[in-house]
Amino acid sequence: MTQSPLKIDVLVIGGGPAGLAAALAAKKQGAQKVAVIERNHELGGILQQCIHNGFGLHRFQEELSGPEYAARFIHQIEGSDIDVYLNTMVISLSKDRTVTAVSPTHGLLTCQAGAIILAMGCRERTRGAINIPGYRPAGVFTAGAAQRFMNIEGYLPGKDVVILGSGDIGLIMARRFTLEGAKVHAVVEILPYAAGLTRNVAQCLDDFSIPLHLSSTVVGIEGKDRVEAVTIAQVDNSRRPIPGTEQTIKCDTLLLSVGLIPENELSREAEVPLDPMTSGPQVNELRETAVSGVFACGNVLHVHDLVDYVSDEAEIAGTAAAEFAQDQLPGKSAAISIRPGSGIRYALPQTIEHNQPFDLYLRVVEPVENAVIQIGDRQIRHRKVKPSEMLKIPIKAKDLESWQGRQEIIVELKTAEQGRKKEAASR
Amino acid sequence: MMQANALYTADVAIVGGGIVGTAALYQLSQYRLRLALVEKNYEVGWGATKANSGIVHGGFHDDPSTWKGKLCIRGNQRYPELCEKLDVTFRQNGILMVALSEDDLPVLNKYLERGKANGVPGISIISRDEALELEPNLTPDIVAALYSPEGGVINPFEMAIAFAEVAQANGAAIFTDTEVTGLKREGELIHVETDKGVIAARFVINAAGLWSDEIARLAGDDYFTITPRKGEEYLTDKRAGNLVHRTIFPTPSPTSKGILAIPTAEGNLMIGPTALELPDKAALDTTEAGFREIVTSVKRLVPKIDSRDIITSFVGLRAASNRGDFIIEPSPRFPGLIHAAGIESPGLTAAPAIAEVLTQIMADAGLDLIPNPSARDTRPQVPHFHELSNEERAQLIAQDPRFGRVVCRCETVTEAEIVDAIKRGARTVDGVKFRTRAGMGRCQGGFCQPLIIGILARELGVDPTDITKRGPGTKILVSPLNKGMVESGAEMVANSGKEGQA
Repeated sequence: MTQSPLKIDVLVIGGGPAGLAAALAAKKQGAQKVAVIERNHELGGILQQCIHNGFGLHRFQEELSGPEYAARFIHQIEGSDIDVYLNTMVISLSKDRTVTAVSPTHGLLTCQAGAIILAMGCRERTRGAINIPGYRPAGVFTAGAAQRFMNIEGYLPGKDVVILGSGDIGLIMARRFTLEGAKVHAVVEILPYAAGLTRNVAQCLDDFSIPLHLSSTVVGIEGKDRVEAVTIAQVDNSRRPIPGTEQTIKCDTLLLSVGLIPENELSREAEVPLDPMTSGPQVNELRETAVSGVFACGNVLHVHDLVDYVSDEAEIAGTAAAEFAQDQLPGKSAAISIRPGSGIRYALPQTIEHNQPFDLYLRVVEPVENAVIQIGDRQIRHRKVKPSEMLKIPIKAKDLESWQGRQEIIVELKTAEQGRKKEAASR
Repeated sequence: MMQANALYTADVAIVGGGIVGTAALYQLSQYRLRLALVEKNYEVGWGATKANSGIVHGGFHDDPSTWKGKLCIRGNQRYPELCEKLDVTFRQNGILMVALSEDDLPVLNKYLERGKANGVPGISIISRDEALELEPNLTPDIVAALYSPEGGVINPFEMAIAFAEVAQANGAAIFTDTEVTGLKREGELIHVETDKGVIAARFVINAAGLWSDEIARLAGDDYFTITPRKGEEYLTDKRAGNLVHRTIFPTPSPTSKGILAIPTAEGNLMIGPTALELPDKAALDTTEAGFREIVTSVKRLVPKIDSRDIITSFVGLRAASNRGDFIIEPSPRFPGLIHAAGIESPGLTAAPAIAEVLTQIMADAGLDLIPNPSARDTRPQVPHFHELSNEERAQLIAQDPRFGRVVCRCETVTEAEIVDAIKRGARTVDGVKFRTRAGMGRCQGGFCQPLIIGILARELGVDPTDITKRGPGTKILVSPLNKGMVESGAEMVANSGKEGQA
């Protein structure tokens, strides 16, 4: 029954935006046999259920819907000799780059890859992960699951909705439910500021007069069969509910938009070291993990807010993976690690090993005005930075030159304190 | 399952489809008897059984003079064979009761003596170093531990489902979603009145768990009461499932076995339960206080347990009687009615032994037990794709391509397994979940629930909006988005078919 493994030069696990761009880049870089394994029955990943617009502003200077953005890449894939395995799920990955997958048409598939690109995306945090107390009725959905029910399957999962979490999917779904005639009673956010993009707060909540409750959370779910109400309460500085501030909102649906978790179960199996801050692999500037020949890009690496950056990052990984598979990847220089200092949640890549200009991706811990980002000796000013908007900072040849011989570069949000004081004074 | 519209006659009717009722049904189905089981939930095993910790106790907790002491050890000894026959996962992982101070040592000794008196095999007290060698992630504060190597874990709802499936195959009738409203003596028979019709039986077993006092009252027995003792349990990602291999108990207090760390049969770690007596028999809500108590307590035993690994939580209500022991006896005033009430811990472990006692009570009262040669005591193997070798997987996909379509990515559950579960009786999303584990993993159904609803609708020939989480009142979808665009679920059904064949 078992056949000898398929030989593939660059094998991409996941056919979402990251996987598509990575495969195309690998092909362009001269890899002979490139394959994409996708568990769904079509390519495009989560973009296929994102029927709102706003994709592609950076990359195509156009406002595309998710399926339109995906289609631009899918058409190129279809016009190439990249092999696509649909309805195929990878069930194991080993560090010697052997992949086992199953599918109804191909049966059990074993591949030996010259290079692997991890592009499995992420999953949503659930009720269990955030421990909302209460009963277990029907009507509690993650925002993405509700989005799929509506945009792919064509069903309305609820009519009176409360949304916990102001992440982008939650904001988008607030508008989506409203457009379908449902009533969104509140979006509840535990932080003192919205977690999603500013434009989404404006276009999805403000435009529809949907109330946003900041510094608040859901403390109870009522209804034994179907959700009947949720209780929300304000939280203190340590995010603990403040007794006496409870408010009950009648509803039949609670939507959760409380964060995304990179799906690294296969990475763990292949012994790829992960960064606890991103929950994704640790990579160098070419998106190569610590396991030789295994690359990662997109939301499996770190959760992005813009798909445009996912495509950019995937092209870096795809190009490098093709070079690796062809034995053309330049040798590594002495590694410099990039470490997030105060005010910075994470910086990616975590190491520099190739001494060529690259873009550094950063996320800050909290919103700060008049911020100064200090990278090594270089300072970059930003009028406003916030955790929901990833910063992309070009690292130039002269930066790398000045870092010669150093083992570690610390990235800090230098004037965070001053920035906050100024803000307070101006009130 | 059938509907009891009219009079149904049986030799034995069982009220309650939890682990005790289904174990009794399975045992009785080996004889030439006409059997009926009535369960008020939508499926069997959905009361306290569903939320049970799954521990097959060692048999050292209870005094040998009690039913609990006697039946626990007997049940413990029966599980390995039962699980083999019924294709239910049994993990004989052993139990460690941990002493964290010198003061606990006399308590460990007391349980050692009890275990010996109950005939628990291999029970002993081991030193701190021996315990840490067995379980390196235990707290270094440990002083000594009581070790019972024959303790284990099973999946409790899988067990109840397996008992019910085999009994049904042997001809037993199971009426779910059916509530008992009265018990009447009619000549030689007892009329079990339900909201769906009447079952006339010679013997009636009251295995109604939390409601067994209310069933008893229908027959005029008011000599015992059941008070729910609420237990919250929290389940971790499988990633944390190997922190400990044996079930870890603290040294218990007089009222509770305490907060435990339990490696489940499937490889998660379950932590809990709390123990809170309250009057509400429907208080299935988790609480912030329960969560804090459990995390704080379990970290004293296994400091590395991280609450961020928790993927879900649930509540079970133990059916604690005012007698403090199981009540397994014929009704003193209602001939033919036998109570199996107050079955709290170690009720799951004892269930097969309770079934034996109930059978004996009825035999003593004149029930003829003639073995049925055509009855089977084994369940045909249920495919678990996740547990197979790659060769076996390849073979299965070649036979049925639906094994190649992974629907639940977290637990690697295939479409073929889901269709099989529906053929075996699952009609709801939870019914599929409890039979296949689809939706029990780290994404908690976020990805697979839409697919499972599509498969259920297709297999049952209903609209996706008719699919529920766990029965009446628990619908998941409200309506089609746009009736002009989507014709009552046809598209979704077609989608699932298309994905399956592609």
